[in-house]
Amino acid sequence: MADRRVVITGLGVVASNGVGVKAFDEALKNGTSGIKKQQDMVDAQLRCQIGGIPEISDEYKQTYLPDLLVSKIKNHAVINGLLAGLEAWKYAGLPVDKDEVDNESGIIMGSGALGLDYTTSQKVQAVENGLSRKLGSFTIPESMSSGAGAFLNSLLGLGNRVLSNSSACSTGSEAVLLGYEHIASGKAERMLCGSTEGDGIYIWGGFDALRVLCADSNDEPTKGSRPISNSLGGFVPSSGAGALVLESLESAKKRGANILAEFKGGYVNSGGQRNGGSLTAPNFKAIISCIKNTLATSKIEPGQIDLISGHLTSTPNDVNEVKCWVESLGLEAAKFPFINTPKSMIGHSIAAAGSIELVACVLQLQNNYIHPNINCDTIHPELSDLLIREKVPSKTLYQEVNTLIKANFGFGDLNCCVVLQKWKG
Amino acid sequence: MDKKKIIKELIEIITPYVPEKELIDNIDESKELINDLHINSAHIVDIVLDVEEKYDIMIDDDAIGKMNTVGESVSMIMEKIKS
Repeated sequence: MADRRVVITGLGVVASNGVGVKAFDEALKNGTSGIKKQQDMVDAQLRCQIGGIPEISDEYKQTYLPDLLVSKIKNHAVINGLLAGLEAWKYAGLPVDKDEVDNESGIIMGSGALGLDYTTSQKVQAVENGLSRKLGSFTIPESMSSGAGAFLNSLLGLGNRVLSNSSACSTGSEAVLLGYEHIASGKAERMLCGSTEGDGIYIWGGFDALRVLCADSNDEPTKGSRPISNSLGGFVPSSGAGALVLESLESAKKRGANILAEFKGGYVNSGGQRNGGSLTAPNFKAIISCIKNTLATSKIEPGQIDLISGHLTSTPNDVNEVKCWVESLGLEAAKFPFINTPKSMIGHSIAAAGSIELVACVLQLQNNYIHPNINCDTIHPELSDLLIREKVPSKTLYQEVNTLIKANFGFGDLNCCVVLQKWKG
Repeated sequence: MDKKKIIKELIEIITPYVPEKELIDNIDESKELINDLHINSAHIVDIVLDVEEKYDIMIDDDAIGKMNTVGESVSMIMEKIKS
């Protein structure tokens, strides 16, 4: 049986520069940074003392969550995942039945180290002080890697596959690709897909120790994340969540859903931690193979691509990534697509990066713009012959984007790449 | 301490854990927390913690097993406050 067509019908997002799809869309167009100085990083004397944390009002939580969850859930990754997931479900116009289970719908809500969120420190302290009996019933669901998805389904009641993948920084795009494959092969009609990330020194301290975070912009937080620029200094950590409702074309048409974009396909692989790949570094041959296989499975020619949404974390690896894109697509500089990443504005949301960035991708397809890649006044010298300056926009370009390719790469030498296309009916 | 006051305070504590708000409107001492008020059994642990904090008392595992109804819970709280 040929794969079924799969479309995107809902979006939800919690990002450091915008909570909710509308605010995020505006922030992307305006090139708004969500990066601020973080007091807990200062107090813990981290080298990097800036990060992006979404500012979520109690009113916003109350629009989506029952009072009990508003008052009890403290883990930011769980809250972010719940809010993004519920917004996407509502955006898609899908119902919530209090009694019946929807067996045609499922959830894939990935996470990284969900239990390392800042708020977990209180639980650890309680146990160390001999007060484990005071932990309450939420401690386990709030710290298990599948916690965000589990709480989400306590509200949605979905009966198809409910899974939380974990693949480092490629978690988010992989979650969406897994959902696509599940629907394309006929096993579900709708999948709520995304990923979430918490915040604080227990997650970010470890990255700081690896010397991969930006340590030169503590007094100028919004200037810290500079993907593709001539001053690649390290990534700025951030938290948040993104969610997309994927749906079979039949299901979307049958219920008259508003189709936002088509998911054309994608590919995942690993570099096997060989030939330059390691726990923390990519094997470039594998990246190129992943991109080429994505084009083949999506039946897209390089020349059709209007925009690359890169992984581009603002580390020296941006140079290697761009070289991989250039080699994979085989296009001369003049015909090379535009290239950008929301990381320039929101930093690197680690496990949530892929899903937040895919929400940004759909918004650019849907609303005809290419958001800026801020803080890149000068392209990195090693890329100046490969990339024409205009291909890395400093200001929002208002123009139609028909086909977009997006990749994320993760620790463990993991790669994920997907193609989305504008929906024209 | 006044029993009526404790009933009122206990209802305030358990209200967030009751999934259907109509059940709170018809609450009385005979209602069972799990079977009648549909409170998720895992949340009994949270209610006990909230009660302990409110009255500065300690409710041990044996006592939790005797708090099936609203009335039994109120009696348990009054007993622990006295002792």
